[in-house]
Amino acid sequence: MDAQQRESLLGQVTAGASSSFLDYVSATNPALLPFGRPLPAGTMPATPHGTTIVALTFDGGVVMAGDRRATMGSMIANRHIEKVFPADRFSVLGIAGTAGIAIDIVRLFQVELEHYEKIEGTLLSLEGKANRLGAMIRANLPMALQGLSVIPLFAGVETSQPQGRLFSYDVTGGRYEELEHHSVGSGSVFARGALKKLWRPAMDVQQAVAVAVESLLDASDDDSATGGPDLVRRLWPVVYTVTPDGATRVGDDRLAAMVHTIVDRRTLEGREA
Amino acid sequence: MAQQFYVSPEQIMKDRADFARKGIARGKSVVVLGYRDGIALVAENPSPTLRKIGEIYDRIAFAAVGKYNEFESLRQAGVRYADVRGYSYDRVDVSARGLASVYAQSLGTVFTAEQKPFEVELAVAEVGAEQAQDHVFRLTFDGSIAEETGYLAMGGKAELVQQTLGELWHPGATLAEVLSWAVASLQAPRAETGNGGNGAPLGGDNLEVAVLERQGHDVPGIHRTFRRLDRTEVSTMLTTNGAH
Repeated sequence: MDAQQRESLLGQVTAGASSSFLDYVSATNPALLPFGRPLPAGTMPATPHGTTIVALTFDGGVVMAGDRRATMGSMIANRHIEKVFPADRFSVLGIAGTAGIAIDIVRLFQVELEHYEKIEGTLLSLEGKANRLGAMIRANLPMALQGLSVIPLFAGVETSQPQGRLFSYDVTGGRYEELEHHSVGSGSVFARGALKKLWRPAMDVQQAVAVAVESLLDASDDDSATGGPDLVRRLWPVVYTVTPDGATRVGDDRLAAMVHTIVDRRTLEGREA
Repeated sequence: MAQQFYVSPEQIMKDRADFARKGIARGKSVVVLGYRDGIALVAENPSPTLRKIGEIYDRIAFAAVGKYNEFESLRQAGVRYADVRGYSYDRVDVSARGLASVYAQSLGTVFTAEQKPFEVELAVAEVGAEQAQDHVFRLTFDGSIAEETGYLAMGGKAELVQQTLGELWHPGATLAEVLSWAVASLQAPRAETGNGGNGAPLGGDNLEVAVLERQGHDVPGIHRTFRRLDRTEVSTMLTTNGAH
């Protein structure tokens, strides 16, 4: 703890500061932020990019799933990467784009929500959380112009309301509520096609997870940057469900069974799709 | 212009300390007790919203007595300190000792440099993997810091409450047991004055209770151990334990 930090602590004691961690760090120590510095001119070398995230609603909540691949140009940079995270107890977010910045934005967003909850003693509303995430993506706009864009997908439930909601974003921080399902990232076009055909109203959580896994499988079939389920290394997508009881990660055993069911069925069918 | 009288530094400090002590003694007491599965923080507090106990970080909690506006700003500053530290290093790098020493420095500076000292006393508790690894720090208005073993009482008539706790407390107890000890010790000052009618008996309706649970929740990405007990939960626990 250096003198400057001590002084700022005293400063806060006398002058009430904001409930937002982002605002506080921006004011006191902007170098800590993932987007806190201007970039000099030059060409950016290849950096790992996260790819496909899908999310869909079901009866009583929402599911979000992401594949496990990060690519660097035409190379596979990482086949274990996790791109879906719990934001707090009642929401999750997935990220596509420049992995290094995206993962820091996730961390920042998690602290932002927890910080608000601790300072204020209550949870932010789901809309409030979605807006805060939008503000962070907007703050990253100068980096996006240099090619380091991050596109999140946010999903959650409002406490005590048993329905899931989805929010998508653009690089300017624009926030759009999505209905039924949505996907982001390089394989999102193919995942979206699959979701359109597979999604049904009033699915239960089991069906919804199966749809998420199958749409990722379809995305990996057509998009080289999306990793399919790896039966040899036993790598499955990262899948989270959110209900009014909270966010939970779907276990590897369940995902393995689901992947095997889908693969077996498609093998039997022996068709091109 | 009026002539300034000379006042010795000893007298100034003593006056300030007396002033702060008086302010703190007016309030109700707060106790912090270690038990087998965590640390319990119990405050006599009829208000369900103006809290004396707060969450700081994953394994760290805060309790205070004295002036609400003063300890509330200290609590918020503590949350900011912990969140910035955890964000810039790692979550495991936030410790109660670090936080307590920052509090001690802030309180000490305010005590000597400001118009008036803070009329607050703070406790910072950190739950460890075993009860022997729990830390409970006491911070007083002048910036003094002390580490307590197992339990702590502060606020009005704190010595009597602390003494009662000292007779009751032993390690390895259950939450229901320490809760009944907390009630017994918080009620001790009333028995002494022989004024049983001094406010309602302590129960779920006028106790603020929170715990740091040794065994954190299993939800991935959520490492927080702090949990508030709601009023019915406290009442049930007190009655099933036969305290009332």
